[in-house]
Amino acid sequence: MSNIEKNEVTSGERVFRVFNVIFFIIFTLLCIYPFYYLIINSISANNLSANGLINWWPKHIQFENYVQVFKLDGLGTAALVSVARTVLGTALTVFASAFMGFMFTREKMWKRKFWYRFVIITMYFNAGLIPMFITMKNLALTNTFWVYVLPGIVAPFNIILVKTYIESLPRSLEEAAELDGASTWQVFWQIILPSCTPILATVAIFSAVGQWNSFQDTLIYITDQKLYSLQYLLYQYINQASSLAAMVKNSGGGLSSVAAVATAQTPTSIRMTVSIVVVLPIMFIYPMFQRYFTKGIMLGAVKG
Amino acid sequence: MQNVTADQPITDKERQKRHQKAAAKRGKQMWLLLAPFLILVVLFSYLPLFGWVYAFFDYEPPIPLSQSEFVGLQWFKMMVQNQTQMHQIFQVLLNTFAMSLLNIVTSFFPVLFAIGLNEIRNKHFKNIIQTLTTLPNFISWVLVYSIAFAMFSSGGMVNDLLQNLHLITEPLKFLDSDSHVWLKMLLWSTWKGLGWGSIIYLAAITGIDPELYEAGRVDGANRLQLIRYITVPALMPTYFVMLMLAVSNFLNNGMDQYFVFQNAFNQTHIQVLDLYVYNVGMGQNSLSYATAISMLKSLVSVALLFIVNKVSQKTRGESII
Repeated sequence: MSNIEKNEVTSGERVFRVFNVIFFIIFTLLCIYPFYYLIINSISANNLSANGLINWWPKHIQFENYVQVFKLDGLGTAALVSVARTVLGTALTVFASAFMGFMFTREKMWKRKFWYRFVIITMYFNAGLIPMFITMKNLALTNTFWVYVLPGIVAPFNIILVKTYIESLPRSLEEAAELDGASTWQVFWQIILPSCTPILATVAIFSAVGQWNSFQDTLIYITDQKLYSLQYLLYQYINQASSLAAMVKNSGGGLSSVAAVATAQTPTSIRMTVSIVVVLPIMFIYPMFQRYFTKGIMLGAVKG
Repeated sequence: MQNVTADQPITDKERQKRHQKAAAKRGKQMWLLLAPFLILVVLFSYLPLFGWVYAFFDYEPPIPLSQSEFVGLQWFKMMVQNQTQMHQIFQVLLNTFAMSLLNIVTSFFPVLFAIGLNEIRNKHFKNIIQTLTTLPNFISWVLVYSIAFAMFSSGGMVNDLLQNLHLITEPLKFLDSDSHVWLKMLLWSTWKGLGWGSIIYLAAITGIDPELYEAGRVDGANRLQLIRYITVPALMPTYFVMLMLAVSNFLNNGMDQYFVFQNAFNQTHIQVLDLYVYNVGMGQNSLSYATAISMLKSLVSVALLFIVNKVSQKTRGESII
């Protein structure tokens, strides 16, 4: 056997292998270099980064930018809003998905099949952006924090995931609990919830990334600056060069000394530093929870 | 059953009835626990459908709907009546179709990516590549745009580099230009999604029975032949499902990507349907007209989904929804 395998490596295959590896190295570098570029620029002297002199490694390393950006108008609030919506939105979606998935496995529930379809079918249609906006306005949810959280609580796809998962669990424990007179709530809280943690972790991680990255809802429903999310603020920083320059003046103070030039904020330094602030949580969380992400897409595939 | 004595069936029936009543009551109590969530579904999924009535009125925000004029199909007619409007809609549809077609035509890229990655022998190296190439999928389009700005704006890294090397004298306009917009958008979405898109195929490859490869090798097949005759056929069912989903989403490009990259220069070619609806509705404040377009889009999308599902059932005997 091993003999056959050895004979098999032809020169053509060797060439293929080399090119294959080279392709993957190049593509991987293309994927991560931009992040590296933003990081080294955000920690280098700002007069150098503003002139595009930092391309490969940081020069005159300083971390003043990270202190300064949080003094910018609105950035602290936006960070709070983003963290709050991520934590609250994720917690509520996880709870709702778990509870609804569980309830839809209760055969005794009134018109169970009908209500299940009633919820799941909403996955396949969409009223559209403007009708959604008008609805939010009529519900008096525009310009409130709740517009970030409430619409995403019930997520049909997550409910399917949890329901399928619960159905794959052995039923003996819940049956025993029911015979002992446990209420629906007790069965859910004490038996189902603890055994669902793997699937709920997947739901949580996808929901958290979605909440953190969400940008469209601020754009459409929010005009109050106090409720801007980090993503939206970053978008504004990139596009509104003039107002950014004005903010720089306000926060940077006078450039009295030569040393101050290196740490004085520039539009470039602000853009890059805020970008890193926005992406850092993802960069930390992603490698740690990669297996949950991978599992998530596999579950999606099984369902199709 | 018929042999039982006269008084027993009554009590049995009674007991059964009582039992059923109690069960029904419990069933409704359970439903009550679910009700708050069902209210959310009604509010955020069903209620917005009633927003479609705005398409038949001349609605201008401060004035409530009850005092707005009923205009019937005026907004739908408007799409095709006037020459400039028709031109604009045509261009928007062209952009939408182009972006969707490009995505469908390149939908086999993740398959190749997975096959190539699977050929790499070193497990650690493979894992590192997989982690790093999937990362871009989890950043927002705003951040992608921030990266694009840092790299490709007139003062960005690429232009600086090219100027320092004296390859160009004037900065190239990567972002503020109307040329090759479709291609650029495709490249950005490929950069963001290729690694992630391949994971589903990598998993499918892991599921292939190793004995198939053994048998192939014994028969004297080389690597390429093993890929051609074993790996590729094994990936086809998954690929087919992904392709069908892509087709059913033909009109739904989403707007995040196109919105962040849009500017005064590239607007003609970047405006896909979703973005057009936003620009018309929120930018120009023509809520009724935008609702009319939205509504048509939603209806066509649902129809498309059902057609694709039927096709999938006919050809593979499996539905995708």
